[in-house]
Amino acid sequence: MAHVDAVNSVRFVLNGQEVDVPAGSTLLEVARDQGCTIPTLCYQDGYRPDGNCRACVVEIDNERVLAPSCRRAVTEGMVVRTDSDRVQRSRNTILNLLAMEGGRIEPPVNEAVAESELSQWLQTFGIQPSSYLPKSYQQSGSIDQSHPAFTFDVSMCINCDRCVRACQEEQVNGVIGVSGRGADTQIIFGLDDRVADSPCVACGECVQACPTGALRLPEMVLKQSQHKVDSVCPYCGVGCSLTFAVEANQIIAVEGRDGPANHQRLCVKGRFGFDYIANPNRLTQPLIRRHDAPKNPEILSQAELGKFDWRNIFREATWEEALDAAAGGLRRIRDQHGPNALAGFGSAKCSNEEAYLFQKLVRTGFGSNHVDHCTRLCHASSVAALLECIGSGAVSNQVQDVLHADVAFLIGCNPTVNHPVAATWIKNAVNQGTKLIVADPRVTEISWHAADFLQIKPGSDIALINAMLYVIVNQALVDQEFIEKRVDGFAEFKQHIQQFSPEMMAPICGVLADEIVSAATRYATAESAMIFWGMGVSQHTHGTDNVRALIALAGVTGQFGRPGTGLHPLRGQNNVQGASDAGLIPMMFPNYQPVKNSTSHEWFESFWGQPLSSQAGLTVVEIMSRVEHPESEKQRMRGLYVMGENPAMSDPDLTHARSALTHLEHLVVQDIFLTETALLADVVLPASAWPEKTGTVTNTDRMVQLGRSAVQPPGGAQADLWIIQQLATRFDLNWQYAGEYHGVGAIFEEMRTAMGAPFSGISWQRLQAEHSVVYPCVSEGVAGQGVVFIDRFPTASGRMRLVPTAYKGPTVSVDPEYPMAMITGRVLEHWHTGSMTRRASVLHQINPVPLISMHPEDAESMDIRNDDAVLIRSRQGEIGAQVRVDEAIAVGSLFMPFAFYEAAANMLTSDALDPTGKIPEFKHTPVSIEKTTKRPVRSGYSF
Amino acid sequence: MTEHNIRKHIRQMVGDDLRKVDHLIEHLHCINDHFGCLPKPYLEALAELMGKASVEVYEVASFYHHFAIVDQAPANKRVTIRVCNSNSCCLAGGEELHRELQKMPLDQKRFVVETASCVGRCEQAPVAVVQQNPIPFASIETVHHVIENQQFAHPKALPGRSHFCPVDIVESAAGQAPIELITHPQWVGLSQYQKHGGYTLVDALRNGSVRHEMVMDMLESSALRGLGGAGFPVGKKWRIVSSHSGPRYMAVNLDEGEPGTFKDRTFLERDPHRFLEGMLVAQEVVGVDRCYIYIRDEYHGCRQTLQDALTELAEAKFIEADLVQIRRGAGAYICGEESAMIESIEGKRGEPRHRPPYVAEVGLFGRPTLVHNFESLYWIRDITERGADWFDAFGRHDRHGLRSFSVSGRVKSPGVKIAPAGISVVELIQEYCGGMADGHTFYGYMPGGASGGILPADLGSVPLDFDTLQPYGCFIGSAAVVVLSEADRARDAALNVMQFFVHESCGQCTPCRVGCEASAQLMQDQTWDLKALGELGNVMRETSICGLGQAAPNAVACVERYFNSEVTNGPR
Repeated sequence: MAHVDAVNSVRFVLNGQEVDVPAGSTLLEVARDQGCTIPTLCYQDGYRPDGNCRACVVEIDNERVLAPSCRRAVTEGMVVRTDSDRVQRSRNTILNLLAMEGGRIEPPVNEAVAESELSQWLQTFGIQPSSYLPKSYQQSGSIDQSHPAFTFDVSMCINCDRCVRACQEEQVNGVIGVSGRGADTQIIFGLDDRVADSPCVACGECVQACPTGALRLPEMVLKQSQHKVDSVCPYCGVGCSLTFAVEANQIIAVEGRDGPANHQRLCVKGRFGFDYIANPNRLTQPLIRRHDAPKNPEILSQAELGKFDWRNIFREATWEEALDAAAGGLRRIRDQHGPNALAGFGSAKCSNEEAYLFQKLVRTGFGSNHVDHCTRLCHASSVAALLECIGSGAVSNQVQDVLHADVAFLIGCNPTVNHPVAATWIKNAVNQGTKLIVADPRVTEISWHAADFLQIKPGSDIALINAMLYVIVNQALVDQEFIEKRVDGFAEFKQHIQQFSPEMMAPICGVLADEIVSAATRYATAESAMIFWGMGVSQHTHGTDNVRALIALAGVTGQFGRPGTGLHPLRGQNNVQGASDAGLIPMMFPNYQPVKNSTSHEWFESFWGQPLSSQAGLTVVEIMSRVEHPESEKQRMRGLYVMGENPAMSDPDLTHARSALTHLEHLVVQDIFLTETALLADVVLPASAWPEKTGTVTNTDRMVQLGRSAVQPPGGAQADLWIIQQLATRFDLNWQYAGEYHGVGAIFEEMRTAMGAPFSGISWQRLQAEHSVVYPCVSEGVAGQGVVFIDRFPTASGRMRLVPTAYKGPTVSVDPEYPMAMITGRVLEHWHTGSMTRRASVLHQINPVPLISMHPEDAESMDIRNDDAVLIRSRQGEIGAQVRVDEAIAVGSLFMPFAFYEAAANMLTSDALDPTGKIPEFKHTPVSIEKTTKRPVRSGYSF
Repeated sequence: MTEHNIRKHIRQMVGDDLRKVDHLIEHLHCINDHFGCLPKPYLEALAELMGKASVEVYEVASFYHHFAIVDQAPANKRVTIRVCNSNSCCLAGGEELHRELQKMPLDQKRFVVETASCVGRCEQAPVAVVQQNPIPFASIETVHHVIENQQFAHPKALPGRSHFCPVDIVESAAGQAPIELITHPQWVGLSQYQKHGGYTLVDALRNGSVRHEMVMDMLESSALRGLGGAGFPVGKKWRIVSSHSGPRYMAVNLDEGEPGTFKDRTFLERDPHRFLEGMLVAQEVVGVDRCYIYIRDEYHGCRQTLQDALTELAEAKFIEADLVQIRRGAGAYICGEESAMIESIEGKRGEPRHRPPYVAEVGLFGRPTLVHNFESLYWIRDITERGADWFDAFGRHDRHGLRSFSVSGRVKSPGVKIAPAGISVVELIQEYCGGMADGHTFYGYMPGGASGGILPADLGSVPLDFDTLQPYGCFIGSAAVVVLSEADRARDAALNVMQFFVHESCGQCTPCRVGCEASAQLMQDQTWDLKALGELGNVMRETSICGLGQAAPNAVACVERYFNSEVTNGPR
């Protein structure tokens, strides 16, 4: 302790030695630093110390009784003993009592228990099953095996409450608690329910926290000797760090790792959603379409019924043959019809290196800029507005900055479902005093924590935000100094906003004018206020306008450039940020360099040594529409290369999208399963899943994070980087990427050069050591910038621009024929189109059936009850699903997840697009609903 | 009933305070009073209305013995009959009464018979409580009569008493002013109390004719110590709390749960304003912004009287209506521990807090808090009016001041005895209780309820006061003296006490949660395993978070020390 600052240090005596320690240290921290062995059971690093187990007691001079070292701060002159006879005597008895309570009278029942913290401490201190304590001491209660993810064995519980703090204070799910008292004290779920019947969301934080094995995985056993691999979660944009426990090329368990985005926290998908990679239906051989199997979207309805056999459609091929067929077909089209007849869909589920290489193949091999990915369907409008107004599409402040915010405004996002770990930080912030304003058509779980909750009508976002701006501008709540220094267009904007009084907008939004005034005042007068939004804002034909209005809100109130301020569009896929950064955007090269800009165009031509198209490419939905409906035969889209995307599920108006896929002359799909899209392909290339590969992904916080290969791909499946490079060779591209994992390091370094300044400080080598680095990062020695736009915006003038917006309403309104507004979205357990999660056993078991949510009043008026089967129709199509009566949805609205192929919600959505962001209107589809006797399919995947 | 209707029903029962999270226990009482139990759908709906997770409501509800959680709302209101099983009632036949009542042919869906920890009427033992109606000297016949007549509420007490003054009792010879043994004596209303000089002290403090500092000084120099059990000097406590910056709160402990203790109830039933005046004096002198009175749920009559007395004060414009709030316990001995009481007032499980920090600095709602037992405040007016010397002049065997002993068990005349501090138990029995009950010979005594240990007859002349009993492994606590005779065994009394702690431990810390239960099991063996009990006692004393666990093994140790033959050589 040589370096302790004398001013902020205290001196005390520990086991006879004088020690100087920083003021505020606990006795436990200090004693462990000094090499003392002190057992702890209720204590867990990072959690609030509770001091209930008493295993860590120490002796302090002049105190009547022993003190728990985990909660006692060191004070000047304290004299402490951790190993006196008195301490040892009590400590041994405590460990004996815990052994007895935790069912350790007999030898441990399995390895999970044997390796538990309790068993380890008993071993360390040589505690034998007690000879003198009553033999009859037993906790009552049977083993609760109701939940597919974990088991609760109350007979092993020592009531240390770590699971309670995990559930209530860390993840703030409020499911686990302590019931009863005295000897009847017991850990319970919900209202003393079975786990499966409780509101448990299966984040697994409690399982990770349990020191005894009372909460444990049902079969998978964590052993100290296992092979462990550090990586990142492949699901959402939060980017949680995790560790795979591997045995015999299988992931047998997942632990939350202390990464910057999650600090050991995970959600149900990240902890229990990995056995999809070992699903028997994984693609293990390249497939080529049989000559006698014409493409027919009807195959998807046969697939729904589980009647088809893929061998009737495809034949297995060698890699050589399949790659030749894949590349040959695409080359032939390019050579006959020119580069504009080819396009590629990359994926935000793939790594930065894969995204970079994919767009490079399309631009240099196919010869067009028709490369896009699913961002188009989620945040394209956000990115368009952000680039236009403030010159950057990335978040200004990171999620955990919410802990510094006085106010957080959440609009059109449902983070407890879609960004569960991000939601925990928001809930932690609320528990520390942050006030939430939540605007959403649904009573989302996060709204339960809100100070102001505005249950707005679907699609009324602009009316609400503009009314808030009206209040702020007219009640002099603007930040005049900020506007003068950093904002353009205020005078015009102020004039424009006068049409949006709260009184006029309130009926459009379906809330009271006073509520709008209160929310506006709360936001504008906060010392620091942050805005989070999601697909509820972006997925509209006026999505770009929605985001323009939000940017204006932060701009006129000067909520930029400080901790706890700014804008945070919550990114969906694990690599949405990175895929866009790396250039999977038709109008931009890597790092958002416009393809039309001559400087950047020249730079990339020289960098890649290849002539490039200077024409902006087409977007996802535009590409699909050009297959069957080109403006001229010359513009027809004929060949498509899809890596890890599933447009046959994710695109709007699936009847048209699937028909378009069918009409392609040549479709190459690279994926890990025979997805709905792959079923329509000419060539299917079996690729690798995230845990099988090494590469980086960039999360919603701009953290570039390294994932490491934990297991080998099954059978003949290959790494995506290898496949792209093999195709490139067949386009005569002379790429040379040396090094392990198919040259991933070299690819990263090339991309880093292409990315320019923001990536200057992020080398491949640094990532190996640090796992996670935030960009922008100017040089290798320093940390990246968590908060950006501190004193200027990355626009030409350095100032932001206010863009006036008008309320337009949905493109197509409800009418008597289609009287309900359907919102599509996600559920906690299922990711995107369900191709991974619906093949993950635990996630499938928790949420197996396509459910459509409707308000009890609507249900009652149509004589529909919970679990009834219904038909839902729109102008585009018809599906069947099962009803969930749910007060959280507004009267007149319906909510439907799009992850279920049996009831593909996008059969109903329309392909009307936002004019700027080219994003479809997923959040408002007029539909009708009626009871049916035809039960929806419940089978899950058989392929 | 639909969720919507349940929410509506709760709103009707609870009123507009739904969002006040510290009112959770009050809200649960509203539902519990209606159904005689807590149906789960109501807990869920209440949680939603209060903006809490349902498990948070369940955690609190399941902590308190008076809340019985059931799956569905019952068709008829449930009636619970509780038979006290503490030592005093057991000595008077409480266990037999419980057994008999269980055999009574009652509608099982409607009536529940259970045992209860001490209900605070030990001088009226045995006691059964039918819903809210306590039955003194209960027999199967009297209980049956009450059930037949559906007398489930505590009989209303009226403010018809003209005068009650503890000083008069002290100054009269012992036994001259017996305190009647009934459940709803009349009490001294505001006008009568003021006729005898009541509230002139508060008026004087408010108008400045008596200085705050003078009262503080007087108390500091008097022998008055906290009379809840811990004995912290009252004046010193006022000084400490007033030294911390405001807002400050006061929390009055009327959770008189230490088995054998009933003094606070006895005074409050008869003389509520003397206590309220003491509280208002403390509030003025210490500078308290709001007072909370936490009263145990067993004292339904007292709660009503207290409410009526406060209404009198508010109507007389003597206090602001929201200056004093009554909070109702729900059957939890541990809530008599000051920090557990504070947690309970905040609407939480009554789990004691770790110290430091102390409640005088970080107490109720995180603010400096003056915590007092009822009786400490009850004496403030008389000490201030008569002077510290007057109070200190009482005492025997070199001790000073007065104590209100709650005497029960094998004496002829049990009850509250206001006697000089330092009196011995033999003197107390002879001079104040009319001697031992007929046919009984003095064998031993518990000087301080369940926590204070057990002493043998040959230590019957030890002075009873703070600090005098420690050398004997005992303490006086709340001065609840339970007298045993040769018809009784100390080991039975000790086991009764340990079973009480098993029932009443909050369950938070390992030594108390597991240690009490393990000890109670070992104590049922004919020959005690003294080594094992010694280890358990040691760890409970050394490592428990609060005084409950630290004191729980006292009786065990006393049996080993003074009644060894009872547990080593088989039954006497």
